[in-house]
Amino acid sequence: MDSILLIRTLASIVRGATPLIFAGIGETITEKAGVINLSLDGTILLSAMVAFAVTYTTGSVILGFIAAMLVGALMALIVAFGSITLRQDQVAIGFVLTLLGAEMSSFLGNPFVRLKGPSVPHLPIPYLADIPIIGPIFFNHNLVVYLGYALIIFSWFYIFKTQPGLKLQGIGERPEAAFARGSNVNLMRYVYTALGGALVGFAGASYSLSIKLGWSHRHTAGNGWIALAIVIFGGWHPFRVAFGAYLFGSLKSLSSIFQRVAPGIPSQFFNGAPFALMIIVLLLVSSGWLDRLLIRLPVRLRRLVHDALLGAPPGGLGRVFVKE
Amino acid sequence: MKIEALDIRKYFGPVRANDGITLTVEPGSIHGLLGENGAGKTTLMKILTGFISADGGETRLDGRPVRFASPAESIRHGIGMLHQEPLDFPPLKVLDNLLLAFEDRLIPGRQQVRRVLEELCRRFNFSIDPDARVNTLTVGERQQLEILRLLALGAEVIILDEPTTGISAPQKVLLFATLRRLAKEEGKSVIFVSHKLEEVEELCDRVTVLRQGKVTGHIEAPFRAEQLVQLMFGQSLLRSDRSRVPLGEPALELQDVTVQTYRLTVSHMSLAVRAGEVIGLAGLEGSGQRLMLRACAGLQRPSSGRVRLQGDDFTRRSYRDFLAAGVAYLPAGRIEEGLIRGLTLTEHYVLTQRGHQPLFIDWVGAAEGMQHKIAEFNIRGQSGTPVEALSGGNQQRALLSLLPPVLKVLAMEHPTRGLDIESAMWVWEQLLERRKSGTAILFISADLDELMEHSDRIIVFSGGVMASPIDAAATSIEELGYLIGGVRDNS
Repeated sequence: MDSILLIRTLASIVRGATPLIFAGIGETITEKAGVINLSLDGTILLSAMVAFAVTYTTGSVILGFIAAMLVGALMALIVAFGSITLRQDQVAIGFVLTLLGAEMSSFLGNPFVRLKGPSVPHLPIPYLADIPIIGPIFFNHNLVVYLGYALIIFSWFYIFKTQPGLKLQGIGERPEAAFARGSNVNLMRYVYTALGGALVGFAGASYSLSIKLGWSHRHTAGNGWIALAIVIFGGWHPFRVAFGAYLFGSLKSLSSIFQRVAPGIPSQFFNGAPFALMIIVLLLVSSGWLDRLLIRLPVRLRRLVHDALLGAPPGGLGRVFVKE
Repeated sequence: MKIEALDIRKYFGPVRANDGITLTVEPGSIHGLLGENGAGKTTLMKILTGFISADGGETRLDGRPVRFASPAESIRHGIGMLHQEPLDFPPLKVLDNLLLAFEDRLIPGRQQVRRVLEELCRRFNFSIDPDARVNTLTVGERQQLEILRLLALGAEVIILDEPTTGISAPQKVLLFATLRRLAKEEGKSVIFVSHKLEEVEELCDRVTVLRQGKVTGHIEAPFRAEQLVQLMFGQSLLRSDRSRVPLGEPALELQDVTVQTYRLTVSHMSLAVRAGEVIGLAGLEGSGQRLMLRACAGLQRPSSGRVRLQGDDFTRRSYRDFLAAGVAYLPAGRIEEGLIRGLTLTEHYVLTQRGHQPLFIDWVGAAEGMQHKIAEFNIRGQSGTPVEALSGGNQQRALLSLLPPVLKVLAMEHPTRGLDIESAMWVWEQLLERRKSGTAILFISADLDELMEHSDRIIVFSGGVMASPIDAAATSIEELGYLIGGVRDNS
């Protein structure tokens, strides 16, 4: 493969990973607060549809994104209301919403199937895009991709370096202790669940308006589950979530390359391969195998490798906080 | 700051947790709050710190009536509480734990808080690494961190709920010194909640005894132990005499066993436990004693060495084989690991029946069988009671009642943790009865009295090293305390 093709492939991986970064970081924020929003797959479908429909009707890409974020936040608020206020099972609510979102996107999106509509304009960053190799890979995209970079850094800074971010970790790790320190645990959980949901909605819009233009039935199906897996793979840390998104993107483009190389093998094999590989990677980082591997390492390295590879879920994840 | 509780009442359904409690704590004093489990100590403290609201009565600070809607409000008024399990954030760093407590600023002042922490550490002779993660600290260090947090927030009244559970002897000495200093030199009011007589006797200036939600007495130091016991229980309890039973053949042998996990490796353990013998395992939490105990019960596979039960090699056999060979394991998490939440006592009874069972359950027979056990083991509950509705002591009784009648080896984590004195004594009566039929008992405990009183031999674990067993009759609590802390006694 020549270098131009390689750069083009890498650029497409960076671009393709963008929605997963938005969804993965959105869900990370929600889970950091201690709430599991399992509805990602349905939310992304519905918000992708709504974003395209609104943009197609109004001609405004920005309105499309705003509408999608509202849809995402609304779906998340249903999870929050059901789990925090009604104290129902988060997993069950999320699962039902996944199905509901998918069905609604098909039903409501029917008039918009396979239409050509406006999309996010291409916007190379002046000067940066001219840097050899790096430029075309990272800075020759559109605004959505750049916002993704900003989100990775900003969310990391917010969660780990600011006071409100510290409190966010607190309410997810140990709501009782956060409450004892004066946090309004349930209100904050509502806020962060909605915020995370809005980012997931943004991810949906970035599919239909930037990455995979337009709308068709089951347009983005499966990506929500991948985003959920990436959150676990990412150990609830924005940098590793981003890495997970790029890794999945790489696996996908590898499979399309192999498809060209070996046309004899059914295409379904290559389409499914990234998902299977993702499962294997997940198994590696979240099972006892890693423990066994770690004890073979020198003591000095263990802690480092352990911290880099393993992330524990927030201690209060999925647990309803009830004031005594 | 002077804190007064006047006629505090709190009812949970028909249970009168606090039934008109009145109590005054003067600044500059250490006030003990003594009572067995369920006497209402924790409820009272939760009312004083805003976790729950009282159904009646009044709280006054320096004579002014106050009412707190939340713990955050109570700390703003200067009342801070150190919970039995430190209420912190284990995966976060020490510094972040402190930062979380402070008022809102977008970017926290890390350097400033670091200085505050270092200064407080110097003042109280604590050594806490600001950059360590809290889950790598010992319970004692986590307590120290919580005390520092409360002080940094300006607490004038400090309430400690059973603070000596799970901390080492040197840490206890340091804790007591800290509390004395806070009261005597800095004029704070300290409330020390405990069910341990010796600690209250050693530390407190004044003590209030609670029983069944009522105050049974306010006493000034010096205290008489019999009087305190009488106020706590309404009767005097006698400690059981230790009787020796003749030891039999080795029931369990470890031969150069090494157990490896990511966190800890315990190597080269060799030990022979004879039938009827009681072995106490001591050490700070996470020193390897739990790994060793689990290896004995087949719950943890050794990476090398041999485990023998009555001479037969069981090294790589499954836990089921260990069970069949007469080994039982009672974990510390009674409701988490030992029992099944949501199932009733009868259902537990059915699940523990061994041998071939018919497809359809004989519920009538099972309920009768459980009724017998309930009567025999004096469990306060019905056969249809879900296990989570039982109190800690009754859960332990239920676990003991479900053990098979004949056992070769019984491995227990903290057999009496959280139990009141009466239940604890009863549990040990049952255990000591079992060794007459040749059961070897291994137990982990953080309670030095318990280790000294019931063990034939004690094994101290320290940082993954198993020391050779010491004869319980030939050691003292002090020596044991220092061995556990990893400090050798020079004398």
